[in-house]
Amino acid sequence: MTWLICYLTTGKHLAFYASFGTVLLLLAITAPAALAFGFAGASAARSRVAPLRWIGKTYIAIVRGVPDIAFFLFFVLALDIFFEWIRHEIKCPDWDQPIWQGNDFVVCAAAKLPLGNAPQWVHETYGFFLAVLTFAIVFGAFAANVLFGAMRAVPRAQLETAEAYGMSRRQVYWRILVPQMWIYALPGLSNLWMVLIKATPLLFLLGVEDIVYWARELGGAKTPRFTDYPHPDWRMWYFLFLLVFYLAFTRVSEIVLDRITTRLRHGQATIGGTAQRSAT
Amino acid sequence: MKHIILGAAALAVCASFASAQDDSVVRLGTEGAYPPYNFINDAGEVDGFERALGDELCKRAELNCEWVTNDWDSIIPNLVSGNYDAIIAGMSITPEREEVVDFTQNYTPPSPSAFAAMGDVDLSGAVIAAQTGTIQAAHVTGMDGATLLEYPTPDETVAAMRAGEADAVLSDKDYLIPVVEGSDDIQFIGEDIPLGGGIGMAFRKSDPELRETFDAAIQSMKDDGTLNEMIIEHLGEDSPRF
Amino acid sequence: MSCWQTITDYGLRSIGIGERLLPRDDFTICQQFTLIGSGMLWNVYFGVLALAAGFFLATALALGKASRNVVLRKISVWFIFIFRGSPLFIQFFFAYFLFLSLKPVSPIFDPFTSAWLGALVVLFFNTAAYSGEIFYGALMSVPRGDMEAADAYGMSGWPRFRRITWPTMLRLAWPAYTNEAIFLFHATTLVFFSGFPAWQQRGDALYYANYFADKTFNPFIPYPILALYFILLTLCIIAIFGAVNRRLNRHLPTGAVARLRVKLNLLR
Repeated sequence: MTWLICYLTTGKHLAFYASFGTVLLLLAITAPAALAFGFAGASAARSRVAPLRWIGKTYIAIVRGVPDIAFFLFFVLALDIFFEWIRHEIKCPDWDQPIWQGNDFVVCAAAKLPLGNAPQWVHETYGFFLAVLTFAIVFGAFAANVLFGAMRAVPRAQLETAEAYGMSRRQVYWRILVPQMWIYALPGLSNLWMVLIKATPLLFLLGVEDIVYWARELGGAKTPRFTDYPHPDWRMWYFLFLLVFYLAFTRVSEIVLDRITTRLRHGQATIGGTAQRSAT
Repeated sequence: MKHIILGAAALAVCASFASAQDDSVVRLGTEGAYPPYNFINDAGEVDGFERALGDELCKRAELNCEWVTNDWDSIIPNLVSGNYDAIIAGMSITPEREEVVDFTQNYTPPSPSAFAAMGDVDLSGAVIAAQTGTIQAAHVTGMDGATLLEYPTPDETVAAMRAGEADAVLSDKDYLIPVVEGSDDIQFIGEDIPLGGGIGMAFRKSDPELRETFDAAIQSMKDDGTLNEMIIEHLGEDSPRF
Repeated sequence: MSCWQTITDYGLRSIGIGERLLPRDDFTICQQFTLIGSGMLWNVYFGVLALAAGFFLATALALGKASRNVVLRKISVWFIFIFRGSPLFIQFFFAYFLFLSLKPVSPIFDPFTSAWLGALVVLFFNTAAYSGEIFYGALMSVPRGDMEAADAYGMSGWPRFRRITWPTMLRLAWPAYTNEAIFLFHATTLVFFSGFPAWQQRGDALYYANYFADKTFNPFIPYPILALYFILLTLCIIAIFGAVNRRLNRHLPTGAVARLRVKLNLLR
C-alpha cells in the first residue's frame, strides 16, 4: 500500500497528472481560437470580394480534405520556421548569409523563437502556443464549414425583412445574420467539440508532453536498474484510466450540449419533437 | 492571417522579456525513451548514460546546458530547424545521417546490435521486431527470408516478442542487456551484428564551432579515461570501451 | 531508374507485390509519389470496407437506440457511447491488446492481430457508432407528416420502415454521413501509426510518408504529397456521396435539394 502511494506520487506521475491540466487548458484555448478561425473563414467564403472568397473556400476545402495527423506531423515545424523567417526579415535586414544552408534553417540570433537563451518554460509555452495554433487552424476549417452552412440556413425572409427596414449590408450581417446563425450552427459545433476532444491524444505529435505521452512512458515495462518501482507492462491500466477520463469528459459535454439542444428542438413537428411532447 | 501575425507579435513581446538574462544556453535534444542511454527517471527528469555524459561535457566546455526531449521521428528535422542545438540520443553515426547533420567523434565504440528471443529461434525465416526508422530495421529488410515487424518504440518491440507476435527482437545490445538480465525466458541468440559507427552527438552543419567544442570535450574525456569509467558505470562491464 | 520503372517496381509494394526492398538512398520525388500512392490502397481498403459494413450496423444501432425495448436500447446507447466517447487512438491500442490475449484461446483469432482484419474491425465498430448516432438524429427528425401520410396509406411495420422511414432518414442524414465518411478515411491513417505493426514494410500512405520523412529528414515533401492524395480522395468521396444524395432527393424540386443540403451539413 505504501509502495503504491509512493509509486503514484513520483515526479513522473505528478507530471502525468499535470498533463491533464495541459490538455484541458489546450481545449479551453483552442475552442474559441478555432471558432475565431472558423468565423473568419466562413465570412471570407461568403464574401463578395472574389479573391477573399477563394481564400476562404480553399482554406476550408484543403484543411478539411487532409487527415489532421498529416498536418500535425509537419505543421508545427513549418509554423516555427515561418515565424522565425518573419522575425528575421524584420530584425536583421542586413544579414548577408542565406537562410537555407543545405538542410539547415539559419536565422540571426535575435530572430530565434524563443531566443536561444530563454528559460525552459518559455520554450514550453511557445511549443504549447504552436500546438494551440495548429489545432485552431485545423479545427477552424471544420468550424468554418459549419458556420458557412449555418449562415446560409438563416431564413432568407429574415434578411429581407431587415433589408426592408433599410439596414445596410453590413448591418444585416452583424445585427441579423450573425446572431441568428448560432441556433443553426449549434449541432455542428457541438459535434466538432466532441471531435476536438478526441483529437487530443495526437498532441504528443506536436511536441507537447500530453497524457498519452506520459501514459506510454509510465506504463511501459520497467527493469529495476532504471527505477525504484520496477513493474511489467502496465500500459493497459494507464490507457484504461485515459479511456475512463475521455468517456467521463464526453459524457459531461454531452449532458451540457443536450440541454441546449433540447431547448431548441422543443415543439418542432418531428418524431423527436413529438416524443418530447408526449413525454412531458 | 491577422491572427497569425498578432500571435507572432504577442510572442515577440514574451521573447524580449526573456532575453533580459544573456548567458547563452546550449539546448541538448534527446529522446528520453532509450535506457540505459537516456530515459525519464522517477522524478520525471532526463537520466542515464547520456545525461551524465552530456553534463560532464558541458562542464568541461564551460557551457550552460539544458535538456529537452523530442520524439525520435522528428529529432533531426527539429535540430536542423534550430529548435535545439545538439542531439545526444543514442544516435549511431551513419552515412545517411551524415548527409544532413555533422557528428562529433563517437563517444561509444561501434557497439553491436543483437537478437533476443524467447527460446531458440531459427533466424532465417523468423519474424523480427525492430523500432521503426532505426538501423536495425533497415538491417532486417536486407536479411533473406526474415520478416520485419515495426513498432514505434523499443519497448513495444520487446512487448511484441513477449506476446508471441514476433519471434525475435533486433536492437542495440546495450538496450537489450537489461531486458535479458531482468527476465528468465529471454536470451540472446545468434551472433552480434556490428551496425553503425558508434554513437555520436549530432549538430547542424552550419554550427561547426559548437561541434568542435564538444568534440574537444569528448576527446579530453577519452584521454583521461573518464569516458571509459562512465561506460562501465552506465552501460555495464560487457560493453565495449575505448 | 526511370519513373515508369519505379511505378512498376513499387506501385503495388504496399500489398507485397514488386521490389522487396524499399528505396534506401537517392530518394526521388517519383519514388515518394509512387510509394505513398501505393499505401493509399490500404486507406481505401479500410475506408470502403468499414464504411460498407458499418452502414448496416449503424442502421441497426439507430433503430436500437430509438427502440422501446429496454435491452436493445441500452446495448445500442452504450455501444455508441463507448465508441464515440473515446479516441480512436486508444481504441486501436485496446483492440490490439485484446486480440493478442485472445490469440491463445483459439486459432480463430490469429488473423485479428494483423492490421488487415484487426484494424478493420475497430474501424467498422467506430464508424458504425458515429453513423448510428447520425442516423438516430435523422430518425428523430423525420417529419411527423411523413409518418401520418404512411398511416393514412395503411402502411405499418416493415413496409412503412422500408418505404417511408428509412429513405427519409437517409435523406436527412446524408450530408452528415458524407462528413463521417471523410472522417473515416482520414482515420485510416492511424492504423499503422498506433497499435498495429507494419508487416514486411507493407503499410498505408502515412506509413510510407513517415518512412520518407525519416530517411530524408525532410518532412516538407512526403507529408504534403500525402495531403495531396487525401484531398483527391476526399473530392472523390464528395462526388460519389453527392451523386447518391441527388438520387435520394430526385423527387424534390431543385431548390429544395440545395436547402436541405446546406441545412443538414451541421449534424456532425
